[in-house]
Amino acid sequence: MSSILLVNHLSKIYQTGPKSFTVLDDISFEIEPGSSCAIVGPSGSGKTTLLGLCAGLDTASSGNVILDGQAIDSLNEDERASVRNHSVGFIFQSFNLLPTLTALENVMVPLELLGRKNIKQTAKDLLEKVGLGDRMNHYATQLSGGEQQRVSIARAFANNPKILFADEPTGNLDEETGATIEKLLFDLNAEQGTTLVLVTHDNELAQKTDRIIKLKGGKLHEDTQLKTIA
Amino acid sequence: MQQFFWLFKMAWRDSRRNRSRLLLFMSSIVLGIAALVAINSFGENLTNEINNEARNLLGADVEIESRSPISDTLKQFLEKKGLELSEEKSFASMVFFPKNDGTRLINVRAVEEGYPFYGEIETTPIDAAKTFVRNTEAVVDKSLMLQFDAQAGDSVRLGTSTFKIAAEVTKTPGQSAISTTVAPPVFIPLNELEKTGLMKTGSRINYKLYGKFPEGVDNKKFFDEELKPTLEKYEVRFDDVEERKQELGDAYSDLTGFLNLTAFIALLLGCLGVASSVQVYIKSKVQTVAILRCMGASSYQTIWIYLIQIVFMGLVGSVLGVALGVSLQYLLPQVFADFLPFQLEMSISFISIIEGLALGLITALLFALIPLLSIRMVSPLKVLRSSYETDRPDRWRYLVYLLILLFIGTFTYLQLEDLQDAVIFTLGIFVSLGILAAIGKLIIWAVKRFFPSNSAFTVRQGLSNLYRPNNQTLLLVITIGLGTALITTLLLTQDLLLNKVKLSSSENQPNMVLFDIQSDQVDELIDITKKDSLPVIQEVPIVTMRLASIKGVNTNTLKEDTSYHVRDWVVNREYRVTYRAELIDSEELLKGEFTGKTTNQDSIFISLDDGLAEDMNVELGDKITWNVQGAMIPTYVSSLRKIDWQRVQTNFLVVFPTGVLEEAPKFHVLLTKYDDVEQSVAYQQKVVKNYPNISIIDLDLILKTLDEVLSKISFVIQFMAFFSIITGIIVLISSVNISKYQRMKEAVLLRTIGASKKQIFRISLMEYFFLGSISTLTGIFISIAAAWLLAYFSFETVFAPNFWSIIPIYLFITALTVVIGLLNSRSVVGKPPMVILRQEV
Repeated sequence: MSSILLVNHLSKIYQTGPKSFTVLDDISFEIEPGSSCAIVGPSGSGKTTLLGLCAGLDTASSGNVILDGQAIDSLNEDERASVRNHSVGFIFQSFNLLPTLTALENVMVPLELLGRKNIKQTAKDLLEKVGLGDRMNHYATQLSGGEQQRVSIARAFANNPKILFADEPTGNLDEETGATIEKLLFDLNAEQGTTLVLVTHDNELAQKTDRIIKLKGGKLHEDTQLKTIA
Repeated sequence: MQQFFWLFKMAWRDSRRNRSRLLLFMSSIVLGIAALVAINSFGENLTNEINNEARNLLGADVEIESRSPISDTLKQFLEKKGLELSEEKSFASMVFFPKNDGTRLINVRAVEEGYPFYGEIETTPIDAAKTFVRNTEAVVDKSLMLQFDAQAGDSVRLGTSTFKIAAEVTKTPGQSAISTTVAPPVFIPLNELEKTGLMKTGSRINYKLYGKFPEGVDNKKFFDEELKPTLEKYEVRFDDVEERKQELGDAYSDLTGFLNLTAFIALLLGCLGVASSVQVYIKSKVQTVAILRCMGASSYQTIWIYLIQIVFMGLVGSVLGVALGVSLQYLLPQVFADFLPFQLEMSISFISIIEGLALGLITALLFALIPLLSIRMVSPLKVLRSSYETDRPDRWRYLVYLLILLFIGTFTYLQLEDLQDAVIFTLGIFVSLGILAAIGKLIIWAVKRFFPSNSAFTVRQGLSNLYRPNNQTLLLVITIGLGTALITTLLLTQDLLLNKVKLSSSENQPNMVLFDIQSDQVDELIDITKKDSLPVIQEVPIVTMRLASIKGVNTNTLKEDTSYHVRDWVVNREYRVTYRAELIDSEELLKGEFTGKTTNQDSIFISLDDGLAEDMNVELGDKITWNVQGAMIPTYVSSLRKIDWQRVQTNFLVVFPTGVLEEAPKFHVLLTKYDDVEQSVAYQQKVVKNYPNISIIDLDLILKTLDEVLSKISFVIQFMAFFSIITGIIVLISSVNISKYQRMKEAVLLRTIGASKKQIFRISLMEYFFLGSISTLTGIFISIAAAWLLAYFSFETVFAPNFWSIIPIYLFITALTVVIGLLNSRSVVGKPPMVILRQEV
C-alpha cells in the first residue's frame, strides 16, 4: 500500500540574525492511509513545526514531504492551498473558527472553496452528526469551547479529507468535553476512513492512535507502532 | 463565475461585525469628495453662466479702452460700420456728501445714455438706472451710500458740481463687489463731466467706447474681419464678447483649479486616514486570512474578499460625498458672492458627480491597496503560531506608491494645466507629508528615548501608548498637523500683511497722499496743510509721457519684433515721471552717475529703475526718446537706481534732471502725515471743499480696505481649509476608534488586575492630551516656519508672530482631540471586563 504521507530527511532551520536554530533535524517517516498517528514530545521539541510542514503550511529547509502523492515542497503557496482544500482537514487547539460566520457557514466554507453545489445540506448533516443541529446559526462567540471544537470537527470533515491534522484538539477543553471530542474525532475518522495525524501532550489520547512518533530536541526519538492496520 | 459570487458572499459575511467600522474609515473621504464635487459643479455652472452672460457682462458687443482720448477718426470708422456707440470716462476722485461732510476716494464713471447696451446697472429704485443720465443725476454705489448714511434724494458733490442721488447701485455689469472695494463707483452723465472741473492736467482718465453691432451680422466674423484689423492700428485695448468670455473663463478656471487643489488636499488627508484604518483593519483580519488560507483559499481569493469590502465602502463613501457635495454647491454662490460679477444660479452637474464617484473610488482603492497587499504575505502557518511573521519583502507596494504619485501628479496637472506647477505641487505635497511624518517619527523616538520613568503611573501609561505597537501617532501628527498648519499659516499671513502696512505708517513715514494737484494749487495747498499743523513730507511734480523709441527703434517695431527683447509693458505704458536734482532716501544708486541738472546746451541724462532698464534692454549711455504730450525729447541713460517700493512715498521708474520738464503740463503729489483720525477727516474735508479735483488716499482707508479684502479672501480660504480640518477630525475619530480596539485588551487587563475606572480614564486623558498637543504643536511649528519664509522671501518684512492668536488654536484642537478620545474610551471604561473579553474572542 502506498503511503498517504511520506516525510523524507526533513529539517527546519530558523535564521535569526547571525544565529540559526535547528528546530527539526533529519526527520523521516511515512504514514499509511486510514491509520492514526500521534506526534508527541516535550514543549519545544518541534511537534507543531512538523505538523505545519506535513500539512504544507510551511516549507522545509531541507528534505521533502510527499502528501497524497504530491511533493509539496515543489509547489507554490497557492498550489499547496489547493492540495489542502482537496485532501486535508484541520483541527486546532484554539478552534480557529471564522468569527463573523455562523456555525453552518463555517462548515460550508471548505465546500464552497471546492466549488461544490448543494452544500448546505451536507454542512447541516455534519453539524447534526456532531450534535449541533440546534446551534447552526450561532456565531463562534455564542458557542462554548466544546461546541466550537465540534463545529471545527464538522468543518474539518466537510471536504472528505484523505488526511486530517489535529493540533492539541482537546488542549483547551475540560476532561469531560475533551473525552466527547476525542470520541467524535475517532468515530468520524473510522467512518470516513481518513488518516489522522495529531499532535498532543496527552499521553492517554496518544495511546488511542495506531502509532506514536516521539520527538526530542528536534530529532525523531521513538517511533512506536501500537496497532497494525488491517 | 461561481467562485466570483462566493467572493462577494464571503466579503459580505466577513464584514458582518465590521460594517460600522468600515463606514467610519470611509467617512474620511466624504468631505474631500463633497468639496471636489461642489467646486467642480460650481466651476461648470460658472463657465455656463459666463458663456450665457458674457455679452451682459461686457455691456456691449465690443469695448475699446485707452488712457488717452479715443480719436474721432476711430469713432467715425466705427459709426460708418454701423455700430451704435456709447462713451465713458472714468477716473479716481474725491466725493463729498454735503449732508454730513463725508469725503472718500471713489471711481467717477461718466457715461452716456445707452450704456449698457446689454445687461443693466441694477439700482434701487429700479428705474433710476435708465433715467439718471437724462435727468442729470447721479447713481451711487451701495457701499458708499451705507458708509455715509445717504438716501436717494440726497445730494453728492463731485468737483464743482452737485448731483442729486437718484438711486443706489446694487450691481454693475461685469464688476464684482471686491473689485470696487478701494474706489466704489459713482455714475454721472458724461455731458456733465466738464462742468465738474475734474478733468485737469494729469488726471488719470480711462476712456472707454462701448459698441453695439448692427442687427443681423455674424458677430465673430464681423469683429474679426471688419473691426479688428483697424482697431489694432490704434493705441487702444479692445475686447469683444468672445475675448471677454476667454478672459473671464481663464480667471475663474484658475480660481476653481486652486479651490479644487485645496479640496484635493482634504481628500488626500482622508485617504491617509483610509490607508491607516485599513491597515489596522487588515491586521485584525490576519487570523481570518490565515484560517482561509489553511482551508485552501488562494492568495488572490483572500485579497479579493477585502478588496470587495473596500471598494463597496469606498463607493458608499463616494456616494455620501457626492450627495453632500451636490447640497453644498448651493452654498458656494454665497461664499463667492463678492468675487462674482453676476448672480449664479446653480444646477446639478452630472459630470462632476461622475468625477466625484470615480475619484472617491480610485483614491480609496489606491490608498487601501498598500495595506491590502500585505494579505498576500499572510502565512497559513499563523493558525498554528499567531506570532509567526513572514519577512518576505513585498515589491508590489512600490508599484502602488508609484501609482499614487502618478495619480496625484495627473490630477494636479489636469487642474493647473502646467507641468512644472503640477510637479512642484505634487512634490510639495510629498515633501510636506514627509516633513510631518519625520517630525512624528522624531517625537515617537524622543518619547522613547527620554521617557520620564519617574513620573506617575497614568502619565507613563499615557505616554507609552504613543509608541506602542499599532499606535496612531504618526497618522494623527500628519492629519491634525496639516489641518492646524493650514489654519495657522492663514492667520499668520493675514497678520503679516496687515502689520506690514501698519509698519509702513510708523515713525516719520507719510500716511496720506494727495494727488492730481494742479501747479497753481500747490502753494495754497501747502499753506492749508501747514495751517492744520501737518508736515509737508514731500511735494513732487509729475509729468506724464510715453515711450517713443529705444536706441532709435520706434515703439511699433519694438512691439512687433521680439528680437529686441523689450517687454510689452515697457512699450505700452504711460510713464509718470518726476524731475529733481538729487536722490531720495528710498533710492540707492547702483550704476553710473545721477545727473541732477541740465543746462540748455547739455544732452539730457536720466536715471532708470534697474528692473525697468532690464525690461527695456538698455545699458548706461543708451538713447531713449520720450513723447511728452506731443514733444519728442531725446535722453540718455546715465544711472540705474534700486528703489525700495515698500515705502509709502512717491517712487519713480524714470527720473529726469531739473531744467527740462519745468514748463511741461504737469500735476503734483503731496505727502503728509496725520496723527489722529479727526485731524485727517477735518483736513480732507477742507481740501475737498477748496480743491475738489484733488484726490486723497489715506493709510487708514488702505488698511481698512486691505483688512476687508483679506477678510473676504481668508473667508474663502478658511471655507476650503474647513474641509481639511473636518476631514482631520473624522480621521481623528476613526483613528481613535481603531486605537480603542487596540487599547481595549490592555484596559481590560489593567481593570482585571485592579486598575480603577478613574485610572483608566486618566491614562486615556494623558494619551489623547499628548497626541493632541504634539500634533497641534507640529502644525503650528510648520506654519510658523512657512510664515517666516513668506515674511522673509516674499513680503520682505520682519516676522513677529502674535502668539496670543495662536494659543486658542492650540487649546481648541488639543481639547477637541481629548474630548473625542475620551468619548470613544467611555465604552471601554464603562463596561465590565468580562463583556469586552467575550466580544473580543
